[in-house]
Amino acid sequence: MHRLPVETVTTRLNHAIDPSLHIWGWEITLYLFLGGLVAGLLILTAALELTRRQRPTSAALQWMPLVALGLLSAGMGTLFLDLEFKLHVYRFYLAFRPHSPMSWGAWILLLVYPAGLLLALGSLPETTLRRVPLLGRLALRIAAWSQQNRSLVLWTTIAVGAGLGVYTGLLLGTLTARIQWNSAVLGPLFLTSGLSTGAAFLLLCKLDAVERALLLRWDLAAILVELLLIAAMLLGFASGGASAQLAGAALLGGPWTAAFWSLVVVTGLLVPLAMELLELRRHLPLVALTPALVLVGGLALRAILLAAGQDSGYRLLP
Amino acid sequence: MSSKRYVMVVDTRLCVGCKACVLACKSENNVPDGYCRDWIVEDIFGIFPNLRAEIRSERCNHCSGAPCVDACPTGASHVSEGGVVLVSHHKCTGCKACIAACPYDARYVHPDGYVDKCTFCLHRVQRGELPACVGICPTRTLHFGDANDPSSEVAQLLRTRRAKVNHPETGAEPNVFFLT
Repeated sequence: MHRLPVETVTTRLNHAIDPSLHIWGWEITLYLFLGGLVAGLLILTAALELTRRQRPTSAALQWMPLVALGLLSAGMGTLFLDLEFKLHVYRFYLAFRPHSPMSWGAWILLLVYPAGLLLALGSLPETTLRRVPLLGRLALRIAAWSQQNRSLVLWTTIAVGAGLGVYTGLLLGTLTARIQWNSAVLGPLFLTSGLSTGAAFLLLCKLDAVERALLLRWDLAAILVELLLIAAMLLGFASGGASAQLAGAALLGGPWTAAFWSLVVVTGLLVPLAMELLELRRHLPLVALTPALVLVGGLALRAILLAAGQDSGYRLLP
Repeated sequence: MSSKRYVMVVDTRLCVGCKACVLACKSENNVPDGYCRDWIVEDIFGIFPNLRAEIRSERCNHCSGAPCVDACPTGASHVSEGGVVLVSHHKCTGCKACIAACPYDARYVHPDGYVDKCTFCLHRVQRGELPACVGICPTRTLHFGDANDPSSEVAQLLRTRRAKVNHPETGAEPNVFFLT
């Protein structure tokens, strides 16, 4: 007689739980994408300034920290939309739970705003700051402090940005009941993807030639690292136990294979990689399509992993 | 004497899947239509015609290493008296991290916006009564008590009968045991 059941019947049919979990939808997908993008934008803006040892000259970079904070606010808006008990949102800030990545995330989000604001005020020209209504004088004083302590501001922005980027992946990675997310690679993968989408977003803006060249090289590096991390994730699944093998199977022949490989790996990584290599080696002009594909790939990565993870769980195991 | 550890013991050899436990729970806890805090699972083993069925009354496992409590960002999911895992409705934001964290999919979002689940009927237990599902079970399949008290019925059953838990590989140390 077989040890494993040949048929399982359950009377449970809870909404959004059965037959498979569907608790997080487009709101969380968009939030994870925007969180990564903002992390990338802040890190890269600060890194460009550190590398060039001068304040950004292009208007796009000067305004980018504020744009990033706007995008983050949009992301937090979708996060709020996802809450089932919206009036209780303040509860996130009445507790710090060290075991909960979501609690870490809530507090990291609060740190991003002052870091981004300090970065922005130190980047924007004085003439612009003078025009700030009511708070112009305060803005100038903070800007002066930000410029005097530039190294501290830049490295703090990078650290907070890295925290934001990593946590979006760890948030899923630590929910071990969802075997598809059971990978320590998710944290660095989401950070790298955030850097890549951040670079792509910046490449869509008007930059000078040096900034473009630097970002192009960094994006290439991020795409290569992302490919390696995806390979590491799949290897981890393939060499793990029954639950890991099931998770790997979903992306290697299972229901999420076509979407993952076509949208994330080919459209979001391999095609942009080839196009960016062509631009660097053959000096072919970078069209807007390349960064757009990177952004689509970043969004698809979150959407597919979020959905595939919810589709997975111990209920699939005997 | 160590602190209490409330557990439930389900005798799969006695359960007929009548669902009285499900209805008793819905009635006792005002569980909304379309939802349940406990449920019946029927596993069929073997090859026709040599089939064998195992019927289990399942619910939140009130795990000793509850992943839902670790995942909760506000402290709404917490460990209460006797290791019972509860959700404080007034602290719950409905972020659903606990639902994603639960290996047993035992939680759901109540239509009022908070996350809901089995409480082992702690309000009844504190009055000296049994959980509603245990009290109503017509075949005496369900047993409830303090596993840390060697003289309790559940401790004796776990000592003398062969017991298993669902998915021990989760590492969550579930506290609902199934006698086979």
